[in-house]
This record gives sequence, C-alpha cells and structure tokens, in this order.
Amino acid sequence: MGLIEAILLSIVTASTPLLLAASGELIAERAGVLNLGVEGMMLIGAVCGFAGAWATGSTAIGALCGIAAGVALSAMFALATIGLAINQVAAGLALTILGTGLAGLIGAPFVGENIIAAPHLWLPWLTDVPLIGKLLFGQDALVYLAIGLIAAIAYVLARTRTGLILRAVGDDPASAHALGYNVAAIRTLAVLFGGGCAGLAGAYLTLAYTPFYAPGMTAGRGWIALALVVFASWRPGRLVAGAILFGAVSILQLHAQAIGLGVPSQLMSALPYLATVLVLVLISRVRRGGSVAPAALGTAFVPER
Amino acid sequence: MSLVLERRSERSVALALASPLLAIALTLATMTIVFAALGQNPAAALAVYFITPLTDGYSLQEIAVKASPLVMIAVGLALCYRANAWNIGAEGQLLIGAIAGSGLAVMMHGTNPGPWLLPVMLLAGALAGAAYALIPALCKVKFGASEILISLMLVYVAGLLLDYLVRGPWRDPAGFNFPTTAEFDSAATLPLLIAGSRVHAGLILTLIAVAAATVLLGRTLKGFEIRVVGTAPRAARFAGFNADRLVLTTFAISGALAGLAGIIEVAGPIGHLQPDISPGYGFTAIIVAFLGRLNPLGILASGLFLALTFIGGEQAQIALKLPQDMTGVIQGILLFYVLACDSLILYRIRWRSPQRKALHGPH
Repeated sequence: MGLIEAILLSIVTASTPLLLAASGELIAERAGVLNLGVEGMMLIGAVCGFAGAWATGSTAIGALCGIAAGVALSAMFALATIGLAINQVAAGLALTILGTGLAGLIGAPFVGENIIAAPHLWLPWLTDVPLIGKLLFGQDALVYLAIGLIAAIAYVLARTRTGLILRAVGDDPASAHALGYNVAAIRTLAVLFGGGCAGLAGAYLTLAYTPFYAPGMTAGRGWIALALVVFASWRPGRLVAGAILFGAVSILQLHAQAIGLGVPSQLMSALPYLATVLVLVLISRVRRGGSVAPAALGTAFVPER
Repeated sequence: MSLVLERRSERSVALALASPLLAIALTLATMTIVFAALGQNPAAALAVYFITPLTDGYSLQEIAVKASPLVMIAVGLALCYRANAWNIGAEGQLLIGAIAGSGLAVMMHGTNPGPWLLPVMLLAGALAGAAYALIPALCKVKFGASEILISLMLVYVAGLLLDYLVRGPWRDPAGFNFPTTAEFDSAATLPLLIAGSRVHAGLILTLIAVAAATVLLGRTLKGFEIRVVGTAPRAARFAGFNADRLVLTTFAISGALAGLAGIIEVAGPIGHLQPDISPGYGFTAIIVAFLGRLNPLGILASGLFLALTFIGGEQAQIALKLPQDMTGVIQGILLFYVLACDSLILYRIRWRSPQRKALHGPH
C-alpha cells in the first residue's frame, strides 16, 4: 500500500466519527434544538461501545451499546430543554460535564484493555483496483453506514413530508404547533436521533479507530462536529465535504509530525482547533447579513394557552 | 395525560430563593442512588463528600483555596451570561493568564527583582486573559461567528501552548527532565495570609472581585445595561444600548478575572508552571455561576459548595477508592438540577388530561 493510499484511507477513518456526530446534530438543530452535549455523548458512546464489544466480542453489539448510551444521555437533555424549557446552552454544557464524568467512572476498569477492531470488508477484485480500490471498497462497515445515513438524511430533509415538518418545527414552532403538529414530540425524537448518532460516533473511536479506550479520547471531536454543522450551513451535502476537510487536517497533522518538520508537535496538534476557529470566522463572514441557521435554533418553545 | 408548562404570571420569589437549595437536595438524593448502585454505603459515602471536609482545619483551608479561583472566574462569567454572551472558554483564559504571568517570573528568575514583580505578574495575567477572551468576542461582533465554539476551541490551543512551554523553552534545566519551570523566587510568589497554611493573599482579590461585581451590577449604569440587554434585548436597542460593545466588555472582564485566577494559582498554591494547573476550574465555574443564580454573593456561597465537592472527591479517592470522575458526575447532575429548579421559577408544571384539553378546544 502506497503512502498516498494510506493517507487517504486514514482520512476516511478520521472523518467518519465527525460525520456521524455532525449528522445527528444536524437533525437536532434542524428541529430547532442546539445540543452542545455532543462531546459528552460521544465520550459515553466510546466507553459503552468498548464495554459492549469487550464483554461480547461483537463489534455490532458494541455499536448498539454506544448508540443506546448516546440516546439515554440525550433523553436527559430532551427532558430538560423540551420538557422543562431549560436554556439549551447551559443544559448542553451540563450534559458534557456529566457525560465526561460518567465515562471516566464507567471506563476506569477498561483502561489498558484491548479488543479486536472492527473488521474491514474486503470485496474481491474491487479492492484490488489501484488507489481507489481499498478506499471505496475496503472500509469497515461503519464507514458505509455513515455514508448511507447522511444520504438518507439529505433525502428525507429535502424530499419528504417528514423533512418538511422537521424543518417547520425548527424554523417556526408556533406555526407548526398551530397546524396541529406536536412540536415537543418531534423535537424530542430529533434530539434522541442526534444522541444515537453521537453515541455511535464515539463507539466508532473505540471499535474501529483505535481498539482501546483512553480517558478523554474524543479530544474535542464533539465540539468540532458542532462547528461542522455551522460550516455546512445546516446542509447534508456540505457536511460530507466538511467532515473530509477536518479529517484531512487531523491526519496531515499526524504525518507532518512523523516526518519532523522541526515544528513543535504541540503546534501541529493545535491545527484542527485553529482550523475550526478560522473556518467558523470565514463562514460567518461570508454569510454576514443573511443567516441560514434554523430560525428558532436554541430557543425553547412553550405553547401559550 | 401529558406534561405541560404554564408560564407563571409573576416570578415566584420564594422559589427563587429555595431553588438552589432544592437542587442540592435533589443532587444528594440522586447520589444516594448512584452510591448504592456502586455498592457503597450511601450515608457513609455522602458523609465523605459533604461532611468530613468540614470537620478539620486543613480541609477547611483547602476549601477556601479551591473556592477562590472558582468564585473569581464565576463572577466574571455571570456578567457575561447576564448580558446573554456565552463565554465557555474560561479554562483557556485561565491558562493564558497563568502563562503570561509565569513568563515574567521565569524571565526574572534569580535576578532578585524588587517588590514590583508580583503586581506586574498579576496584571500581565489579567491582561492576557482579557486579550484571549476578546478573540471569540471580536469574532462574534465582527463576523457573527459562534463565541461558544471559538472560546472552546481556544481552550485546547491554550493547553497545547502551556504544554509546549513547560516541555520546551521554559523547562527547568535542573528539574530532572520533569515538564515544569523552576520554582518561583519569593518575589514572584503570593504571600500567605496565615503562616504555615496554604491560605494565600489571592483570597482577598477574590473577595474584592465579588464586592466590585456586586456594586457594578446593582449600582452602576453599566450593570443596568447588562441586565437590560440580557433580559430585554429589544428594549435595550430602543434605549440605545450597544449590545456588541457589551459583549466585548463582559468578555474582557470575565477573561481578565479568569486570567488573574490562573496566575494566582501558579504564583500561590502551586509555585511553578506545569502542564496541569487546573482541575477544570474554568468549566466548574460555569456551574458555580448558575448555582449562585448569576449573583456575586450567591456565587461566593456556591463556589464554597463546589470546592467542597472537589475536596470531598479527593478524600473519597483515598477512603472509598472512588475515581476522581465521580466529582464530575456530581457536578454535572447538580447543574442539571439547578437549571431544572430555575425553570420552576418561570413555569408551573401541570399534568393535563386530553379530555380537559378538548373542553377548551374550538368545539
């Protein structure tokens, strides 16, 4: 395998958790709910995914455990922000603090343990095509799942009645309520979906990215996923491009360290975060004047009677 | 049957006072269940966290030492949050403040400078923290970028810068390869308030910050502006208040206080710069700010309570073999309950049956 091919492969692997987490957050935000707890949900997904796979030896069960953990944590968030109309920013932070603590608590016995990483699917002949073979046909199953997920999200949002209702709830909950839609129920489902995706994204880290669990192993990926949604202007297509871009930055950073450019390793490690700041500024600057965010994003909806 | 919220016609004053206490009671009840699930004796575990630290002089001193940075940072964050500006990166501003002040101490190491050094270090820490906080604030005001995400990203950047400095250019040559600067000279360290203890002069600065913020919020036009912009943005625009400038001002103040807290930690209890100088003070301060109802005096009380959970956590690690992360769980649950109880001040929760709803319907 050539170096270029290896780099491209690892970029796909690095992009997948970002894409998964950002896809879920995209749906929640399209419904008008800003969940800043992605980092916490990813971390708990990473631990529970690892624990599930460690106990059963099955990647699939591990992935399901990660999803379940993310959903459970996001249910707390939904209860707080939708049920009790709590400030979404503060509740999201609470979720990350709680998720980080819980992950540390649950994960303590697993530090230093190993599992078998998710197998890559090798399709005969197709994988042998030079350069693109392994890239397109030799990934692990979760990569294909992530791609299928974002394609489905793009279709549902743009082409279906469900997507229309979801967007209506995020843009104008009062009108959606007046039309007879249950805003609270739709928002709750969107938040739970986001939690499941974040949990799976975390599980991807322990099941496919590295076959071990380390405290704080998400390293800000949850926050970067949040920035990705802004970068993508809440559109699924751009989300894929953004995830690959951020995946590339984090991988090239590693390779630059390996060849030793004489630049401090800490500066290289800071690149993904600095890139996020830069992207947020540039995107906001381009868009100054006409915001494309869901109109009711971040605001609680309490029907008046 | 469904759960619905009804807006109260007026804010319930009794609940406003009772809600932090209710949140603490609910947290204790939840922790009872968690400890039982972990196979611990809940009563004994809660005692280790919340009572034992209050029973000996050393722990009481430690609570004061830990509460000091929490309160100082939270006072600044409260000003931000009241103005509806979301500074989430106080942890990074703390680190940058510590770096800036320590730079002076490292430069002057062994030169026997005058008594000017310490005040200049504190000033440098505060200014650097303010400058670092102004980055997300300016990005928000100039470009409309999310101050939440940018201030957070800068936490990681500050952490890496600190790591680079103490492993690279600022490393103590006589430090046996440990990633730390040399111990600060006595001219660069905060004096102790009580000889032989760890209680340092930074506590006084914290109390000054609390007093200053109380006066600022309650007695000045700027404080009025902060409150109006936060609670009634439309009214604030009609009154001619500049919300953008207020974002910059409150971010600068909160950054300065976080930076000051950072250099106080390094020049006080720690005594040298090292990779880990804060157990997440910048994040815990967010909880302190909300538990204290974004009120400086409330924050003083809630800072002491959160410091208690840190000290209790350290003791639980030794006595009960519970991991340090348990403190984070307690703090996260506490923040949830604080926010939930605050919601009860604004809303009344009602169970509503479908039949009743039909009666009020259009038919």
